[in-house]
Amino acid sequence: MSDPSRITPSPSVATHDLGGAPRFRCAPVERDEAPPGAFGKRVDALRQLLSQKQLLTVDELRRGIEAIPADDYFSLSYYERWLRSITALMIEKGIVTEEELR
Amino acid sequence: MSAPVRSDSPGKLAALIAALTAKGIVTEDELEASEAQTDRASPEIGARMVARAWLDAAWRRLLLSDGTAAAEAIGVSMAGAPPLGVLEDTARRHHLIVCTLCSCYPRAVLGYPPHWYKSFAYRARAVRDPRGLLAEWGTSLADGVEVRVVDSTADYRWMVLPVRPAGTEGWDEDRLTALVTRDVLVGVSLPQAIPAGAESG
Amino acid sequence: MTAPGDAGFAPGSIVRVRNDWPERSGPCHVRTPHYLRGRSGTVQRLLGRFPNPEDLAFGRPAPSRALYHVLFEQPPVWQEGRPGDELLVEVFEHWLEPAGAESRAATGAAS
Repeated sequence: MSDPSRITPSPSVATHDLGGAPRFRCAPVERDEAPPGAFGKRVDALRQLLSQKQLLTVDELRRGIEAIPADDYFSLSYYERWLRSITALMIEKGIVTEEELR
Repeated sequence: MSAPVRSDSPGKLAALIAALTAKGIVTEDELEASEAQTDRASPEIGARMVARAWLDAAWRRLLLSDGTAAAEAIGVSMAGAPPLGVLEDTARRHHLIVCTLCSCYPRAVLGYPPHWYKSFAYRARAVRDPRGLLAEWGTSLADGVEVRVVDSTADYRWMVLPVRPAGTEGWDEDRLTALVTRDVLVGVSLPQAIPAGAESG
Repeated sequence: MTAPGDAGFAPGSIVRVRNDWPERSGPCHVRTPHYLRGRSGTVQRLLGRFPNPEDLAFGRPAPSRALYHVLFEQPPVWQEGRPGDELLVEVFEHWLEPAGAESRAATGAAS
């Protein structure tokens, strides 16, 4: 099992599997109490609609987020990760094409 | 922060919605209705469920044995929602809720999760340094209280039933509900009775 | 590995989380946190049966799996923390195996 003093996680540990992650061991929690902004609310609504229409499951959404490379995973905002995943899934499922999104 | 960090993100969202709208998959009306519905959930729902449990032993038993049924009983439609679990604090045990893998949260009875709940720091530290986290919230636990951190890894969503604070004897449901903040329901704070007439904070 | 129809784990059973690492084999979606792999804990209760998220995530047929609430002591997981502090985590049956008496001692579980 990984040495707690290491900052670099074992390559076996997925990017999103953050419980106890040494990288954030001493990071204070930013107490952002603001409600989601317009962007976040709209992404959230889109996700809910697509789920209701059985075009996307929460498990697929999570899987898509987990596939985001670590650099992007840690630099994108929460709802940008959602948008990245939803977009990739819509393309994967052939519901939209990359060309249609340009 | 949930604000996008990349300047092209709003445009990408708009392009995706435009493509889906053009194919008749979603409509603007549906998006607005979905946002409005999500806005209706708030932590006051969970707070009221707790307040009622402090006053009514039969309700308390229902809440702890079947949180989903309890939510339905107070008018929250749980159709299609994940099952709700409620965890009982005692004089010797305090619960703290987290989702280390993503951001699972009992939205039906608490509304949107706050950004800090979804943050890397909270997700990383809650399971390993819960007392350090509680200290950041100014929350101190009595001697002999153990912390039980609940990692929401699968189908359930979890909420805390805290211990009713001292100094609330005779309070009605509304007054008790006001004590139960979202932070209390997640377990980062404890409910505190503020004496009538005293300044808050 | 438990099969459908097995009696499952009764509350109070000592179980060990498999020290498996599917992450090494390619894309996967696993809801058993890394910090539990190889750890022993005590089953609190059966939460229900749910379709396996590992399959749902890839649009595959998802068999129903028993989901347990399992209690772990914090200090053995992290080599730090206060004795008596615990972790309560949802773990699917196919990640759990029975643990013997030696694990009972390792978890510090009360007899």
